[in-house]
Amino acid sequence: MTKRIALTGNEAMALVMKQINPDVVAAYPITPQTEIVQIFSQFVADGEIDTEFVTVESEHSAMSAVIGASAAGARAMTATSANGLALMWEVVYIAASCRLPIVMAVVNRALSGPINIHCDHSDAMGMRDSGWIQLFGENAQEAYDNALMAVRIAEHKDVMLPVAVNMDGFIISHAVENIEIVANEDVRDFVGEYNPERYLLDVQNPITVGPVDLQDFYFEHKRQQVEAMKKAKNVIQKIADEFVNLTGRKYSFFEEYYLDDAEIALVAMGSAAGTAKAAIDELREQGIKVGLLKLRVFRPFPAEEIVRALSHIKVVGVMDRAESFNTMGGPLFSDMRSAMYDGEANVRMINIIYGLGGRDITVTDIKNIIQKVKDVNNTGKIENLVIHYGVRE
Amino acid sequence: MATLKELSTRAGKFSGGHRLCPGCGAGIIVRQVLAAAKNPVVVACATGCLEVSSTIYPYTAWNTSFIHNAFENAAATISGVEAAYRSLKRRKKFGLEDQEFDFIAFGGDGGTYDIGFQSLSGAMERGHKILYICYDNGAYMNTGIQRSSATPMGANTTTSPAGKKIPGKTQFKKELTDVMAAHYIPYVAQAAPSNWKDLTRKVEKALSIDGPSFINVLSVCPRGWRTPEEKGLEITRTAIDTCFWPLFEVENGTDYTINYKPKNKRPIEEWLKPQGRFKHLFKPENKHLIEKIQKHIDNRWEMLLRRAGEID
Repeated sequence: MTKRIALTGNEAMALVMKQINPDVVAAYPITPQTEIVQIFSQFVADGEIDTEFVTVESEHSAMSAVIGASAAGARAMTATSANGLALMWEVVYIAASCRLPIVMAVVNRALSGPINIHCDHSDAMGMRDSGWIQLFGENAQEAYDNALMAVRIAEHKDVMLPVAVNMDGFIISHAVENIEIVANEDVRDFVGEYNPERYLLDVQNPITVGPVDLQDFYFEHKRQQVEAMKKAKNVIQKIADEFVNLTGRKYSFFEEYYLDDAEIALVAMGSAAGTAKAAIDELREQGIKVGLLKLRVFRPFPAEEIVRALSHIKVVGVMDRAESFNTMGGPLFSDMRSAMYDGEANVRMINIIYGLGGRDITVTDIKNIIQKVKDVNNTGKIENLVIHYGVRE
Repeated sequence: MATLKELSTRAGKFSGGHRLCPGCGAGIIVRQVLAAAKNPVVVACATGCLEVSSTIYPYTAWNTSFIHNAFENAAATISGVEAAYRSLKRRKKFGLEDQEFDFIAFGGDGGTYDIGFQSLSGAMERGHKILYICYDNGAYMNTGIQRSSATPMGANTTTSPAGKKIPGKTQFKKELTDVMAAHYIPYVAQAAPSNWKDLTRKVEKALSIDGPSFINVLSVCPRGWRTPEEKGLEITRTAIDTCFWPLFEVENGTDYTINYKPKNKRPIEEWLKPQGRFKHLFKPENKHLIEKIQKHIDNRWEMLLRRAGEID
């Protein structure tokens, strides 16, 4: 049983959190995430849900409290954006290293400074190496769906890692869409009960969580985290396969849009992928063989699958909504080039850094970007490896 | 209140074989506090001496459930544990319907007065049923004796060294117990392991209250204080008799009780003298500092007496 309703991304996220009905939610307000905790707190205030809602005094404490709650045996969630995520950063690592299946909505926003409340992916990229699984959605529907799947992925015995569910600030979080909602009982059946193997509140079996881990074991524990991340790939796919039975919506590590016969392609994450699809639709009508790889799972990075999907492409434009200041391109570009390095195919790549601090990206912009990719294909020359598109030079 | 005999049979939630220094106050405090807890305990611990000495993987000195998260967030972490408990109990999960717990956080003065202050304040303000114990040894002992906001005036530390121009720490310590009382939480107290009856009673009282509580416990650090290992509790008693560390409690923010009034309030020199960290204060040119410290101690003691209604 599903129904269609008009919701903003934030409303959809708050609704899915209500439907998941976690044991504990700890959160602190920050734009553009604030609405999620506001709406959620109203659900609690109205008695529609009996989640223990902890109104902490900072994002650092939000993540600390959900770590405590999750270690205690609870299903725990939080939400944040930008500087809030940066303030959590220290404990974000600890959540992953304690193998706690926390789910966090990240409403992507530019990281200061200067302060800017609008969308880019610098916040998500800041937590890139923390050991969290990172999912990106193109729109509110995908944010909603990803959140549902995130609970199952995080809590899977082979994984036991926290999951960040990313959606673009304002562009998704504040825009109204018609989305398909899963019925409450189906959500309950899908996510099931959380039954941890070990937890602090187990009177018979007290445990020590977060001990000192010195030269003799730390490295092994990091290695175990990597193994869990590797195993997460199978789990993500398995749960997506179950999800299609529930909703009819098909998910994988990425979506391939007109890639089969494409000569050139873009790679993008988040809302820009939707804009890119519109641009590609227009260009396809003109006979231009362009496609898109919309990345949904950024961590673990599905390198092998990406290489397979792009092996026949001549030139790929990788779109990064964040800088990494290594002067060789954005974080996604680095991963993409690294993945391709050992590939047999001769795929050339350029990087387009776009949309920082909420700079608009339109269908026309994407067409211009595709033209740049096309130019490389036509001339065989890469004049600029990294293009900062839309910036006044 | 539990008798000493009873307490001795209850001990064991914190086992021997931890790696705290000989003579460390933290180990004694933890054993006393946990012995006073009747329910199963979940401990959250800030980064610091206690945590690094008691949980070296794959070993643990804790016979209770224990979580260490980071330096500054023991209070936020235990509030998450407590929130989980309330939620899971309400939802009748894991058989917690009839199971009581005591939730206790331990932090040193650095992790409590300084970097952990915000998280502590937030947790107290929210009203979680948790007990936060600060073991205050007056410096960042674990990282090599750096000054904290709990370091007493005049102390020689590695970041407030006694030098040719500056005679050790120039500020008085933050009176965190008063600051916690200003949160108007049900129960706040100051205690010391030398007065085990007082400490035990305070822990029992704190744990019986339906709300947040905070106890600040003076914790000797032989290494940082430059005192003999076997003299710890004797020196602690001097802190109480000089009124450097008054024993008092505050209920609901306003109701002050002095728990111990020295018959003969001893001069502050007697607290300072045995400690190597104050050695330089006894040079003739620093005499005025001891006078300044004495005056501060006297003023504060008088203020506490006034708040407790002992004087007008």
